Amino acid sequence: MSDVIIDVQGVSKSFGGVKANTNVSMQVERGGITGLIGPNGSGKTTLFNSIVGYHPIDGGSIKFEGQEISKLPVQKIARLGLLRTFQQTRIYGAMNGVENMLISLPHRKMSLLDALKKNTREDYERADQLLEFVGLYEKRFLKSGDLSFGQQKLLEFAMALMNEPTCLLLDEPTAGINPTLINGLIDRLKRANEEFGITLFVIEHNMRVIMNLAESIYCLAHGEMLAQGTPDEIQNDQKVIDAYLGAH
Amino acid sequence: MGNNKIILYAAILAITVIAPFVFPAFGTQLATLWLMIIVALTWDMTGGQMGYNSLGNIFFYGTGMYVAAAVTIGMVYDVGEYTSAHGGGITSFTDQQYFTGMFVGILAAGVFCSVCAVVIGYLTFGLRGPYFAIGTLGVAIAAGELVSNWDWIGGGQGIALPVYPGDLDEGKVFFYFLFALTGVAVFLFCRWLYQTRFGAAINAIRDDEEKADAMGIHTLRYKLVTWSMAAFFVGIAGGISAFQLIHFEPLETAYQTINLGIFMVVCVLLGGKGTLWGPVIGASLFHVFKEVTWNYFLGWQWVALGALIVVTVVYFKDGVMGYLLHTKPEWFGVKIDQKASEETS
Ligand SMILES: Nc1ncnc2c1ncn2[C@@H]1O[C@H](COP(=O)(O)OP(=O)(O)OP(=O)(O)O)[C@@H](O)[C@H]1O
Ligand SMILES: [Mg+2]
Repeated sequence: MSDVIIDVQGVSKSFGGVKANTNVSMQVERGGITGLIGPNGSGKTTLFNSIVGYHPIDGGSIKFEGQEISKLPVQKIARLGLLRTFQQTRIYGAMNGVENMLISLPHRKMSLLDALKKNTREDYERADQLLEFVGLYEKRFLKSGDLSFGQQKLLEFAMALMNEPTCLLLDEPTAGINPTLINGLIDRLKRANEEFGITLFVIEHNMRVIMNLAESIYCLAHGEMLAQGTPDEIQNDQKVIDAYLGAH
Repeated sequence: MGNNKIILYAAILAITVIAPFVFPAFGTQLATLWLMIIVALTWDMTGGQMGYNSLGNIFFYGTGMYVAAAVTIGMVYDVGEYTSAHGGGITSFTDQQYFTGMFVGILAAGVFCSVCAVVIGYLTFGLRGPYFAIGTLGVAIAAGELVSNWDWIGGGQGIALPVYPGDLDEGKVFFYFLFALTGVAVFLFCRWLYQTRFGAAINAIRDDEEKADAMGIHTLRYKLVTWSMAAFFVGIAGGISAFQLIHFEPLETAYQTINLGIFMVVCVLLGGKGTLWGPVIGASLFHVFKEVTWNYFLGWQWVALGALIVVTVVYFKDGVMGYLLHTKPEWFGVKIDQKASEETS
């Protein structure tokens, strides 16, 4: 076994009568890109929410870098360096791109005195670099709320990178992105992983994207972990094919 | 800072300094204007910049008054004996006792109030929107009642501080400058704070606290620190008021929830929430409006004030600054489009 960064064991979560996750176990390897697929409503976002402490889980254990985090609130988990982006995309709509980037500076690494300083020239440079990296440099002074949904997704991704996380959970990063730009985005995700050393855990509906991106893929169906394997194994797994084609 | 701005700041500073000498008859009103500016600016720190609308900031004003009084008196006499004698002779203070007591008392008021803000904030910052507003209002009302029943500091009768040891007009000018100095300090403090990362973080808390949490911003810490900074200045303002008013009592003066407690909110709404100048402009307009109605429409003053509040809240939500920002964005150096197109062209 190599180095596991997120270790989920037997996690269950239900909302009233709806069992969104049932006894889910999975691991994310440090330094890699892990994928999570599954039909709509199969419980992918719920699993993300459980990991980042967005809601309490009904049972099971979640460890990040060996530390039990299933009882910690969102802020504490984020401050450990485990970050997420939102499926619905959340950016600060009233602020422009640069301001959004600056607000994403890793406050967990700042003392109160650091926070009471103005942003440095390096902060601005880094903001510009990352905006350039996701292709939003030209739009950086526009009010972010006026950006298209796809552009907001890219901005949220750049904000997450600005935060220098150890591990980043991305909920459908290519949703709403123009198909011609998707290859570029795959490339950026890979570079974020390789160059910045950020472990990625990605929910994705686009099969071509996830097969290209991830080394290891998990598939959820009806809240249960259906299969795990390399892209090839998953693509040829009869249970996965059934889950996507019929059954649901 | 551009040249125009420097001229503007210099002009305001000059007016501030000469005002009490040019309009000696209005000394007290001018001092009150600065008090309004202080409470409006500090209210906006949490209300406008951080999105937590407190209706309980008056708690810090009242508490500041009492702390300043108790400390000043306590440095010379036994506070319980002093208050029970209530004008019965043991109220003499030497000039030195007066000024040292004032300095220590006002400072203690600020420090005590900022500690109170941390404690109250810890208990109430879990509340959102109207619940936070009502929760904090409850604290202020309860404090007023508690203090009215606390005989050691004078109970419902209130408490009397020594009179300013110089002549009366000199005293007025002196208190005017204490308020003005504090007001300028608060303004410069806010101006600096809103340019820091901390300032951006409290704006993020206002715009989407859940996202701020998800990015690992120390939301609770920043909320507590912001409110405690605001409370420090309000406590100081309360301490100055205590000496200026000489005698004050708990419900109508110190914990005056429906007067100053509400006025500070109206000032900010009138001038423009979440802006640096809004509270200053709002406080000035409001104060003039209030003085005029109190002097010329006596009997109708509360009706006029109520009407002003309704009109502001219903038709003028963004206040003067919000209105200007929409109609004259170039005044604020907003050149989003030009900047973007300059860069791309
Ligand atoms: N907060 C909630 N309250 C009630 N039910 C919820 C809540 N969140 C999720 N659910 C339910 O849990 C199930 C799983 O939802 P989830 O959002 O995790 O699916 P998903 O795999 O992310 O779907 P999609 O691919 O459409 O994003 C769904 O039936 C959903 O209705
Ligand atoms: Mg989802």
